[in-house]
Amino acid sequence: MSHSNRRQRHLTLLLALGLTATASAQNTVKVGVLHSLTGTMSISEITVANAAQLAVDEINAKGGVMGKKIEVVKEDGASDWPTFATKAEKLLTQDKVATVFGGWTSASRKAMLPVFEKNKGLLFYPVQFEGNECSPNIIYTGAQPNQQALPALEWALSKGYRNIFLLGSDYVYPRTANLILKKHITAMKATLAGEEYVPLGGTEFSSVINKIKAAKPQIIINTLNGDSNVSFFKQYQAAGYTAASLPVISFSIAEQEAQSIGPALLTGQYATWNYFQSLPNASNKKFVAAYQAKYGKGAAITDPMAHAYMDVYLWKAAVEKARSFDPAAVRKAIVGVSVDSPLGKITVDANGSLTQAVYTGISGAGGQFKVVSQSKGVVAPQPYDALAFPGKTCP
Amino acid sequence: MDPVFLSGQLFTGLSVASLLLLTALGLALSFGLMRVINMAHGEFLMIGGYLTYLAAKMTGPGYLWIAFPLAFLGTALLGALLETLVIRRLYGRPLDTLLATWGISLILQQAARQVFGSTGVPVTAPAWLSGSVTVHGGVLDGLSFPYVRLFVIVLAALVLGVMWWVLTRSRLGMHVRAVNSNREMASALGVNTRRLDLLVFSLGAGIAGVAGVGLALLAPVNPTVGAAYIVNAFLVVVVGGVGSVLGAGVAALLLGFVTALAEGLTSSSLAQAIMLILVVAFLQWKPRGLFPTQSRALEES
Repeated sequence: MSHSNRRQRHLTLLLALGLTATASAQNTVKVGVLHSLTGTMSISEITVANAAQLAVDEINAKGGVMGKKIEVVKEDGASDWPTFATKAEKLLTQDKVATVFGGWTSASRKAMLPVFEKNKGLLFYPVQFEGNECSPNIIYTGAQPNQQALPALEWALSKGYRNIFLLGSDYVYPRTANLILKKHITAMKATLAGEEYVPLGGTEFSSVINKIKAAKPQIIINTLNGDSNVSFFKQYQAAGYTAASLPVISFSIAEQEAQSIGPALLTGQYATWNYFQSLPNASNKKFVAAYQAKYGKGAAITDPMAHAYMDVYLWKAAVEKARSFDPAAVRKAIVGVSVDSPLGKITVDANGSLTQAVYTGISGAGGQFKVVSQSKGVVAPQPYDALAFPGKTCP
Repeated sequence: MDPVFLSGQLFTGLSVASLLLLTALGLALSFGLMRVINMAHGEFLMIGGYLTYLAAKMTGPGYLWIAFPLAFLGTALLGALLETLVIRRLYGRPLDTLLATWGISLILQQAARQVFGSTGVPVTAPAWLSGSVTVHGGVLDGLSFPYVRLFVIVLAALVLGVMWWVLTRSRLGMHVRAVNSNREMASALGVNTRRLDLLVFSLGAGIAGVAGVGLALLAPVNPTVGAAYIVNAFLVVVVGGVGSVLGAGVAALLLGFVTALAEGLTSSSLAQAIMLILVVAFLQWKPRGLFPTQSRALEES
């Protein structure tokens, strides 16, 4: 073997070593972010996707997860439920992502559920929902009914509002939430003044307001979704109602919705969530500042956004506990994991939902909510309401 | 049924009808005269809403008086632009027009999203329009009429009145009716049909803009609001008899009262279904609507 030949071999070896080194430095882990970036739901979901991206960027800036940078594969569910299923399938089988953060409507979640179960994937779902569902492949981080709807009802009763009108959009979440509320209204010996549903996106409320007038309730529990809220509050005010004469407590109105309804129309009305932008904890202040620095100074921050942001940190903590990216190992490890988040301290329950605090806030002139009441400590999640769905539990 | 509730529902019917009418009138015009199924009509409504928002932002509480001319002229100009650039080239090809205007509606929606964001913008009714008149004493004690609703009813009546006057009493209206019943003959007799098409289409767009002002007082102003109203507006046009302004007025009232009655007796989401079933049944009985227009163009198409 000639001298020059040996030198060449050494060089090749060195080069190969160098390549391996750079390859391992570029070593990444893929995660999916699957939200409606177009269509009617994009109003709500783009900001939620942004919040997840922010958490990924922060984690990457600090070295990533178990030495690997997170690479986001962003997909558009396009406000279309079958699309959510197709994109979830693509993320799991083609991109082989470690986990997916996504979904908003219950319809999109129900479309994705079989895909995650079949492919043994893991989905972090950030939005409050109606419960009555439990999958080992989904981490439900938004409020269960006993972490939003029922505390709101208890708060209303504690304030002496005993004659209650239920108003909602006509689809799965309001129907199921109100079914649960009705059981508890009866159990607590309060009165159901009436119950009305308008089609999703409905803008005409004069008949509903006539019915409310005739029923003379003391408070309205509102599960309307999206822009129907704008029409409702405009027409409610035109009919001569104010927050003082007939208060409304809402579950789908957060800071962002308050902006488009017009804070003036909403002043004095209530909302119940696990998070408000105004929460004073240090972690939240940091989150709000970071989000607004990246996505605009006046950007409103909502409960689902805070959940989506925290979900990424939650996944990171579970991965580090499991010392593996394998969804099954992460799912197993995540039980009992606790992180300090903008929502305060949250813990993952064995059923895959969060133990978290509940706040009722009153809307102020600037479209921000001021907390007027909060749960005593944190509330454990109950996916199946004992009164509405007796005997059903998570597997 | 409780008399207060019943009268309340009658009033609801009237106010629903007035909004329906405002949305449908412009559609009836362009459809009646030019056989153009304008899928972008709802977006003119949306633009009227956004112009109201701009007027409110730029001026003070008296913004409504600026909003009306602004919305009318703004949407009419846009209508003229669309007519010249697109629709003019597609006359006599109804399916192509339908697709083209649908495309335009999507473009306008996305444009609104780019300019104003996908979250709606807040428009609040001025203070003098908030509140309501309430009946005191008698069997109707407690019945109230919100000022905003009364305002929209008066607005619809005014627009209908002006339209009726223009169509039946003015020279322009005579030409419109002439073209409507026989385009070739009218053209041969010296009516400039091209210019008339442009005028009528712009007028229809302008009326939608005015409807958008009324809408902004009651409903959200966001990129998709037009789509929410377009179906019912088409129902009014079809039930009323294609191209008939009187028909649109009567059909709007009819649909408004039927909806309010069904909502009173059942629920809002069921009422929608009941209304659609009744419309289908009605069209079986009178396929050309309440007031069918005698038009050669219709026979041909």
